[in-house]
Amino acid sequence: MLKSLAKKEEITRSREAAKALREDAKKRRLGPTNTMSLTSMSSDQTTPGIYLDNNATTMVAPEVVEAMLPYFSEQFGNASSMHQFGDRVGRAIKTARQQVQALLGAELDSEIVFTSCGTESDSTAILSALKAQPARREIITTVVEHPAVLSLCEHLEKDGYSVHRLEVDEQGRLDLAHYQSLLSDQVAIVSVMWANNETGTLFPVEQMAEMAREAGVMFHTDAVQAVGKLPIDLKTTAIDMLSLSGHKLHAPKGIGVLYLRRGTRFRPLLRGGHQERGRRAGTENSASIVALGKACELAQAHLETERTQVAALRDRLEQGILEVVPNSFVTGDPSNRLPNTSNIAFEFIEGEAILLLLNKLGIAASSGSACTSGSLEPSHVMRAMGIPFTAAHGTTRFSLSRYTTAEEIERVIEAVPPVVAQLRKLSPYWDQDRPATEGQGHQASFQPAYA
Amino acid sequence: MWDYSDTVKEHFFNPRNAGAVADSNAIGEVGSLSCGDALRLTLKVDPENETILDAGFQTFGCGSAIASSSALTEIIKGMTLDQALKVSNQDIADYLDGLPPEKMHCSVMGREALQSAVANYRGEVWSDDHEEGAMICKCFAVDEVLIEETIRANNLSSVEEVSNYTKAGGGCSACHEGIEEVLARVLASQGRSFQPSEPPAKAPERKRVAVGMPLMPTRAQTSVLAAEQAPAAVSPTATSTTPRQQTSAVSASATSSSKRPAAAAESSVVAAGQPDGIESKTAPRPKLSNLARIRRIEQTIESIRPNLQRDHGDVELIDVDGKNVFVKMVGACSGCQLASVTLEGIQERICEDLGELVRVLPEQAMAVAQRA
Repeated sequence: MLKSLAKKEEITRSREAAKALREDAKKRRLGPTNTMSLTSMSSDQTTPGIYLDNNATTMVAPEVVEAMLPYFSEQFGNASSMHQFGDRVGRAIKTARQQVQALLGAELDSEIVFTSCGTESDSTAILSALKAQPARREIITTVVEHPAVLSLCEHLEKDGYSVHRLEVDEQGRLDLAHYQSLLSDQVAIVSVMWANNETGTLFPVEQMAEMAREAGVMFHTDAVQAVGKLPIDLKTTAIDMLSLSGHKLHAPKGIGVLYLRRGTRFRPLLRGGHQERGRRAGTENSASIVALGKACELAQAHLETERTQVAALRDRLEQGILEVVPNSFVTGDPSNRLPNTSNIAFEFIEGEAILLLLNKLGIAASSGSACTSGSLEPSHVMRAMGIPFTAAHGTTRFSLSRYTTAEEIERVIEAVPPVVAQLRKLSPYWDQDRPATEGQGHQASFQPAYA
Repeated sequence: MWDYSDTVKEHFFNPRNAGAVADSNAIGEVGSLSCGDALRLTLKVDPENETILDAGFQTFGCGSAIASSSALTEIIKGMTLDQALKVSNQDIADYLDGLPPEKMHCSVMGREALQSAVANYRGEVWSDDHEEGAMICKCFAVDEVLIEETIRANNLSSVEEVSNYTKAGGGCSACHEGIEEVLARVLASQGRSFQPSEPPAKAPERKRVAVGMPLMPTRAQTSVLAAEQAPAAVSPTATSTTPRQQTSAVSASATSSSKRPAAAAESSVVAAGQPDGIESKTAPRPKLSNLARIRRIEQTIESIRPNLQRDHGDVELIDVDGKNVFVKMVGACSGCQLASVTLEGIQERICEDLGELVRVLPEQAMAVAQRA
C-alpha cells in the first residue's frame, strides 16, 4: 500500500514537471534565445561576475545554444530511423562530424567517434588498446595526467598491467630520452596529455607520437584542454587516438569525441547498436552533437583570437599581479603553454581561502590547494614539479576565454593583491611585509609540530 | 564547492583574534601533514589562576581552518587552562554550526594547537600521536588509518563488520570498494585472504533498526570499543545464529557503539525477545481511536529522540493525516544527507508500534501529499 501511495505521488509529480517543461519550452520559443548571463555567478548581485575558470568548464556560446535547441523539440527523431524525422537528425550529425573533423584536421570524418565526455574517450582509447593487443602488458603515461587517465591506470595496475609514469622537471617538462628508453614491444599504449589542465604546459605530443610509431606503439593524447585553443592538424601527425570534451570549448557538458585514426586496431567500450559504426553503441546525443559541431566551427574561426587577444590578456593579468604581489611566481613552463592559462603560486597562503575571498568579489578562479580538491591531497601536478607545499597550496589558476574582456582583467589585477595581503596577515609564515623566516621582528621562524 | 554554514563563512570573512598576542606566555604550533595546513596559537595566561586573558591565532589554511581557529580563540578566552583543555574538536565544529566531514580535521588541528600551547606554558613537551589517512567514507568522515586500525584490533574480515565498528560504508555505500581494498591489504598482511560475503539468497528481511544518526567513534573510543565488542564478535552465539538473529546482533552492536550501554542492552533485549519480528507485528490488532493512535505515534517518536539528540539532531511530530505522519527534522538532522534513512527508520518503528502501515514524511512534503 505504501508503494502504491508513493507511486501515485510520483506520477502526479512527473506529470506536473512535464507540464512545466512544456510551458517553459513554449516561452523560450517565443522569447529571445540568448539568456546567457554571468550575473548569477556573483555573490554580489549588482555587479556581473568575472569568470576566469574556463579550464574547468566554459559558457555555452549563444550561437551554440541556438543551434542545438531545435534538436530537443522539432528535430527529435532518432538518426537511425528510416523516416524523414530520423533522416533530418542524421544529416545534422553528419554536418557536426565534419565540423569536428575540420577543427582537428582529421583526414576522414569517419575518424570522429562521438562519446559522452572526455573521460569516456580516455577510457575507451586505453582499454581498447589493451583489449586489442593482449600480449602487451605495459602502459606509458605521465605523473601529471588528468585523473581520467591516472585513476584508470592505477586500477589497471591492480589487474596486473605495468604502468610507467614519466616524471616532470620543476617546469613540468618531460625527459624524452627516458621516454625513448621505455618504448618497447611490451607497451600497448602511450597516453600523454597535450596540455596540462592546471598549468597549461604543453607536451611535445606530435614528436612523442612519432617516436611511438617508430617503436610500433599506439599513441593516445588527452587533448581536452588543447582543442580549440591551439591549431591541430591530426592528418600530419602520428597520433592514433585523441580525446576531446565539448564543454571545454563552449559546447555543453555531456558530449565528447574520440578521434580514431583509420586503421587503428579498436575494441569498443560499449557494444550494442550500430551507432558510430558500431564503435560506440547507444542512441546519439543529437542535440549535443549538433552543438559540438557548431562550437568547433566557432573555435576554428577564433583560433587566431586565442593566440593574440586571449594570450595578451593573460600576459597582462600575470604581469599586473606579479608586479605588485611579492613572493608569487608562475608555475609550469611560461614559454610553452596554452594561451589562456596562468597558474600563479602565492606563497604562504592557501588557495581555498583565496578563492573564497575572490568569489566574494565576484571573481571565479581555481586552485591546486588540497582543500579544493575534495580529497586532502594537494595537486599532484604541483607536487610532481616539486613546488614546496607552502607555495603549492596557494597556487591559483586563472583560465581565460575569448569572452574575457580587458576591463575584467584590470578589475582582477586590482582585486588580487589586497586578498593576498589580507590572508598573509593571518599566516604564521608571514611577518609584516615578508616571509617570517626572513623577518627581523619579534617572530621567530614558524616551525610547527607536524601530525 | 564546500557546503559551509553561515557561521563558518562569517568567521572566515571576519576572523576574531587574528594575529599574535603581543605579550603572550604560551605558544602552540601545529601542522597537519595530510593537508599541509598549519596553525600558531598564542595565549596570554594569568599566572595567578591560569585563566586565558587573551588568545590570538595565525593560520595557514583553508576557509574552515581559519574559521575553526577563530572559533577556538573565542571559545577559550576567559576559560582556565583546565577548562580549555576539555574543549573538543566537536565543540569547535558545533560552535560553527557544523563542518563538512572532510573538514573536521581543521577543528582537530585547533584542539591540538591548544594542547600544544598549554604544554608550552607548563614547560612540558607535547607530541602528537594523531595520524590521518585518506578519507574513505565521506558520509561519516572515516579515514583509512582508522579503518585499518579497527580491522587489526578486532580481526574484522567483512565490509559489514567494518561498517558496524566504524560506521564507514554505512551510508551511501559508495566507498565499499575502498573498504574492500583496505580489508584485502590488511588480511593479506596477516596471511589471510579477503572473501567477499556471499550475496544473500533472497533479499534480506528488513528488521527493526536502531534509529539514530550513525556516530563516528573518536580515535580514543575505538580501543575501548574494540575491547567491548571483541567478545561479542567471537562469541559462538553470534557466529551460529540464524540470519535474522544476526541482524539483531548487528543492530545491537551498532547501538552499543554509542555511549549509552544501558540503551544498548535494552534494545538488544527487545530485539532478542521478539524473534518473530515483523510477522507477529502485522497480526491484526483492535483498531485504535484517533487520539490513542496519535498518542502512540508521539510515544514512539519520543523514544527515538534521545538517539538523534546524541548526534546533535532531533525530530518533531508536526501532524498526522490518515496514513501520513509528518515530522520535522531539526538540528544536525535537517539537511543531513542521511535524513531519508533516518525517516525510514522512524517509519519502521511507528509501523511496528501501531501495527499498521503509515508513511513518515518530512513536513516539506505536506503540501504535495495533501494535493495527492
